[in-house]
Amino acid sequence: MGFFNRLKESLTKTRQGLVEKIENLIIGRQAIDESLFDELEEVLIGADVGVETALELMETLRRQVKERKIKDPEQLKPLLQDLIQDILSTGERSLNRGGPPTVILVVGVNGVGKTTTIGKLAHYFKSRGERVLLGAADTFRAAAIDQLEIWGRRVGVDVIKHKEGSDPAAVAYDALQAARARKMDMLIIDTAGRLHTKSNLMDELKKIRRVLGRELPGAPHEVLLVLDATTGQNAISQACLFGEATGVTGIVLTKLDGTAKGGVIIGIRQILDIPVKFIGIGEGVEDLRPFNPQEFVAALFEK
Amino acid sequence: MFEGLAEKLQETFRKLKSKGRLTEADVDEAMKEVRRALLAADVNFQVVKSFVARVKERAVGQDVLSSLTPAQQVIKIVRDELAGLMGGTQSKLNLAPKPPTVVMMVGLHGAGKTTTAAKLANLMRKQGRRPMLVAGDVYRPAAIKQLQVLGEQLGIPVFSMGDRHTPVDIARAAVEHAVKQGRDLVIIDTAGRLEINEEMMAELETLKAAVRPHEILLVVDAMTGQVAVNIAETFNKRLGLDGVVLTKLDGDTRGGAALSIKAVTGCPIKFVGVGEKLDALEPFHPDRMADRILGMGDVLTLIEKA
Ligand SMILES: Nc1nc2c(ncn2[C@@H]2O[C@H](COP(=O)(O)OP(=O)(O)OP(=O)(O)O)[C@@H](O)[C@H]2O)c(=O)[nH]1
Ligand SMILES: Nc1nc2c(ncn2[C@@H]2O[C@H](COP(=O)(O)OP(=O)(O)OP(=O)(O)O)[C@@H](O)[C@H]2O)c(=O)[nH]1
Ligand SMILES: [Mg+2]
Ligand SMILES: [Mg+2]
Repeated sequence: MGFFNRLKESLTKTRQGLVEKIENLIIGRQAIDESLFDELEEVLIGADVGVETALELMETLRRQVKERKIKDPEQLKPLLQDLIQDILSTGERSLNRGGPPTVILVVGVNGVGKTTTIGKLAHYFKSRGERVLLGAADTFRAAAIDQLEIWGRRVGVDVIKHKEGSDPAAVAYDALQAARARKMDMLIIDTAGRLHTKSNLMDELKKIRRVLGRELPGAPHEVLLVLDATTGQNAISQACLFGEATGVTGIVLTKLDGTAKGGVIIGIRQILDIPVKFIGIGEGVEDLRPFNPQEFVAALFEK
Repeated sequence: MFEGLAEKLQETFRKLKSKGRLTEADVDEAMKEVRRALLAADVNFQVVKSFVARVKERAVGQDVLSSLTPAQQVIKIVRDELAGLMGGTQSKLNLAPKPPTVVMMVGLHGAGKTTTAAKLANLMRKQGRRPMLVAGDVYRPAAIKQLQVLGEQLGIPVFSMGDRHTPVDIARAAVEHAVKQGRDLVIIDTAGRLEINEEMMAELETLKAAVRPHEILLVVDAMTGQVAVNIAETFNKRLGLDGVVLTKLDGDTRGGAALSIKAVTGCPIKFVGVGEKLDALEPFHPDRMADRILGMGDVLTLIEKA
């Protein structure tokens, strides 16, 4: 199955939820009126877009309808599609490179899919001919190191690790040394899940950052924040606080194969200047893709 | 990030009061704030809709509008309705009349099932039970090891048969083993799964039929958004849930998912997870949750002033 079809399939639920509701709203309407806007707003909120963002989108839509003297309800859908695509299209979505090695630090709250995403990322880059090394800097969660090692074996890349309970910054340091010694193109570092509100744990991430930057100026070149598409408005708080503490350069949105609509990325994109770089659509090695807003929105809106 | 609902309502009413008498339309205006607060807390929009309608009815029907403190009165109604919806009293685990009690943890990926299984074993042991954990997730890399490490930390036995057997076979053998070992509580960890994954959901049904658990607990991440409703509804339809555990409440999420789940399934929330440590599991308090969803830390003092 081609990528586009796979993405489409994985977004079927989203499409059913959001697009079909919008279509149902529009079909049979003679005119664009306030109740139609209200209902559209509701559909967006139901997709986790958030109240503020939904209101803003509706306001822009209202303005456009007025300015362009649009009468036909049918035209609302492509308008909204364009609006959302514009929001998601801003920013540089390709990976920042540096080093070698390019150092990627993966952060996020508990259970969002960091370790799994690293397994998939390693596979993605390895299959493009890059030499990849992983660093097991989640020394806290039970069996987190074992989990990353299983992914490493599955994908065929090495993992640098210490004992459970050791200093994550020391693991990051060793991993970077090893990556340089072994002439790796890329080093991806796993970190323990942590809530963005816990400042001591956020300081730990800052320390990892500092250690990496001291050893290799410019590192980490990419700090990826993993967000679970099932998450509601709290994702915005996560993006803000992880962004402040660790200088997030990109978002990976996982679990888009479920019923979650992931609409919160529209809100995040509206508020913060952090592009979505990859999406996760399953638990397998192949289930990660670079984020392509065109495809994403097209798959979202296409029948 | 969130302005408190209480302050917002106060302000709304202050503005309105300068106009003199309050009308039904004024209450509508205030209800918009309530709606926004609930939606910002991730309460499902359909649940919000019916909730707001109900509160509005009560607010208009009473002498709220002519009172001296309409804002407080409305807040009180909102809070009471919400606390009522969350379930008035605290619910406990169903215990088997003839041990062992069998508990099954289910839920989406990464919700906190494995950690909660260990926390629950720890909590119940403090209450005099003899728990045993069962490694029933044969899919996720290192899931078994994770449970074993947690069991070891607690000194609670973990039953495992590796990942070459089906979860159903493992669970069946585990219950037999528990009986022999005189364990009176068996907690089965299962793999994370999407509620739309037919095969994986059918597996849970088979598991249920095989071990007849006394308690099926749905573990839900408190940060879950609008889909909390679909998830809880589907799990409930397929399995008949006995309770819900809301995890990761130690952050700044308002946890509106709790209200959505309660409203659509009627299933009681029994515990909340408030940290990664193995003692961070607490009984659920409906009234505290209501205040949290509304973003009203100071709500009690406000109402007292009313
Ligand atoms: N359906 C689905 N499941 C996913 C996806 N990404 C990860 N998962 C699952 O989500 C669960 C949690 O993934 P992990 O990679 O362990 O998450 P984590 O962020 O490393 O978790 P902690 O280290 O405990 O904070 C696992 O069961 C994964 O298989 C995805 O895109 N889709
Ligand atoms: N802060 C916080 N973290 C929690 C809580 N409960 C669980 N976690 C963390 O959430 C992450 C996922 O927990 P798990 O127990 O592995 O979740 P799971 O549902 O078993 O995940 P899968 O088996 O992959 O589906 C881990 O990092 C846990 O430490 C909680 O109440 N608060
Ligand atoms: Mg991890
Ligand atoms: Mg688990």
